[in-house]
Amino acid sequence: MPLTPVLTAHWDEPDSHRMSGYTRHGGYGALPLALAKDPDEVIQLVKDSGLRGRGGAGFPTGMKWGFVPQGDGKPHYLVINADESEPGACKDVPLMLANPHSLLEGMVIASYAIRANHAVIYIRGEVPHVIRIVEQAVREAYQAGFLGPDILGSGFALDVTVHAGAGAYICGEETALLDSLEGYRGQPRLKPPFPAVAGLYACPTVVNNVETIASVPSIVVNGVDWFRSFGTEKSPGFKLFGISGHVNRPGIYEGPLGTTIREMIDWAGGIRDGHELKFWVPGGSSVPLLTADHLDVPYTYEDLAEAGSMLGTGTPMVFDETTSVTRAVTRWLEFYKHESCGKCTPCREGTYWMVDLLRRLEGGSGSTEDVQKLLDISAQIAGRSFCPLGDAAATPFPGAIAHFADEIALGASTPAGELYDPVESTVFTGAQV
Amino acid sequence: MAVTEVTRGQMRDAIARYPKPRSALMPLLHLVQADEGRISPEGITVVAEELGLTEAEVTAVATFYTMYLKRRSGEYRVGVCINSLCAVLGGDALWDELTAYVGVGHDETTEDGRITLERIECQAACTHAPVMTANWEFLDDMTVQKAKDVIDRLRAGEEVRSTRGPVVRSFQEAERTIAGVPDGLADDGDVRDDRMLAGLRLAKENGDFDRAAAARTQVSAPPVKGA
Repeated sequence: MPLTPVLTAHWDEPDSHRMSGYTRHGGYGALPLALAKDPDEVIQLVKDSGLRGRGGAGFPTGMKWGFVPQGDGKPHYLVINADESEPGACKDVPLMLANPHSLLEGMVIASYAIRANHAVIYIRGEVPHVIRIVEQAVREAYQAGFLGPDILGSGFALDVTVHAGAGAYICGEETALLDSLEGYRGQPRLKPPFPAVAGLYACPTVVNNVETIASVPSIVVNGVDWFRSFGTEKSPGFKLFGISGHVNRPGIYEGPLGTTIREMIDWAGGIRDGHELKFWVPGGSSVPLLTADHLDVPYTYEDLAEAGSMLGTGTPMVFDETTSVTRAVTRWLEFYKHESCGKCTPCREGTYWMVDLLRRLEGGSGSTEDVQKLLDISAQIAGRSFCPLGDAAATPFPGAIAHFADEIALGASTPAGELYDPVESTVFTGAQV
Repeated sequence: MAVTEVTRGQMRDAIARYPKPRSALMPLLHLVQADEGRISPEGITVVAEELGLTEAEVTAVATFYTMYLKRRSGEYRVGVCINSLCAVLGGDALWDELTAYVGVGHDETTEDGRITLERIECQAACTHAPVMTANWEFLDDMTVQKAKDVIDRLRAGEEVRSTRGPVVRSFQEAERTIAGVPDGLADDGDVRDDRMLAGLRLAKENGDFDRAAAARTQVSAPPVKGA
């Protein structure tokens, strides 16, 4: 597949993050086109494009916008989920660093479509440089007349607030994010009601991922057919692939959906020299890992699901044969244990016990029953918590067992560090140490 | 130590940014840390006053989020990502070497108050693994030697620059930035490195860039006020 730089097309220019850099290439050119349409036409356009949420769940964006009741007399809100914290996800933060105005232009268009006059960008707290750059972009957009009252003489008004979190992965879950944004502990709400009906301050709210909204201006300018010329019928469009791990040139690559991991590893200069692929994770630790048997699975929502995984955030983590799968899975579970908000017992307690068992296996002091026990606990967590954090925590272990049962079972007798020397898997082996 | 009048003014600016005052609770807590280096009892009281909440309501939120500190932080919080990918690519080795080198463990501070070490989770910088941060500024593609140099410079009061961002400032200054008070550093440092530009450069080399550009409709930006 060819690379298709759209969102990344001008990142090599020193002011790509400024108004000057964005407008030099026609940025904000989608805005007058969208504001000239009826808001419902904009929703229909995005529906027809087939754009799906780039945050992980892949929900059709236009459909989400269409769920917002109109003429209800309540304020409506657009909230951007910029809380990128999923292990392995590294696309929204780069996008906001290098091209924040694409997000802001998309926000004006989306807010106009859903009839919102206030939008919020919820950025995770641990990225002050992203906060600086996005706040600067917002100030520039106000000065330029692309935010504020009567945007481009349309009569449409939008205010944007930049909000910083404070270190809680759970706030990437949309209802926990809304509670956090209202000034509470970030814990998920029971759904329904969904945010489209009762979201921020119990008002109709659309929560969308950064990359999703940043993709909207290009659809408005270039049209549905152009967008659908990338990808497949059910997974149209282009995507930011942040490729990380044991490849020669990790980095941000923008290409069409439907690209295979084989092609992506090729973009990234191949598996690091002298090594071979062991396993890869398509889109964050919350989706099951795959192996070299899946090199030709197209990166689409439907094909990855059929292969037993998910597209997730679309940011592959690649591991070579020096990596202990037990060690990787243990660390992911430690993450979910740390980040579980504690609201639901299966997630809070289950992650605790899974970490306990996995550490035994990693240390070589597990028992042969531990594997079954871990599978049982995973099954007890999945589907029994308010929010997807529980489901995510129940994912890595069964995903790993499906392909590496023998290796994991060795944890009953042999420490992972003896099977796989951790020094061999570092990127500075023998060199710059 | 106390929450200053200047900070009180910044708290009111933050409250004005939201449709409802309570939504400003998180930036207000960041502002408390900007003055106090932690969430102090006095800071809790100030935030409760500003928002018309009880101290218990504010405390309930402050204790939920990892970034709000009960104990006073060192001047520089140096974080090592120990999530799976960074750990495997070198984060675990960095952590072992740094704790031995600095002589403190997780969430512990050196006697001179300069360095607090912290095991941190994924920073959305996996393409740059193994990743460290200093007061949350990116220190990408770390090695043990580079990590030790960072520590030495921070302890000696010398300038450390983020690999994708500005000069690293103190914990309390960083907290004010996170709270939304502009610091004028948005253009300081360059975010465009080999990893950020990997795909774009390849596309320019192999002709994909031109083909993608030719398929797009050219539009002009609308007039920019004041430009």
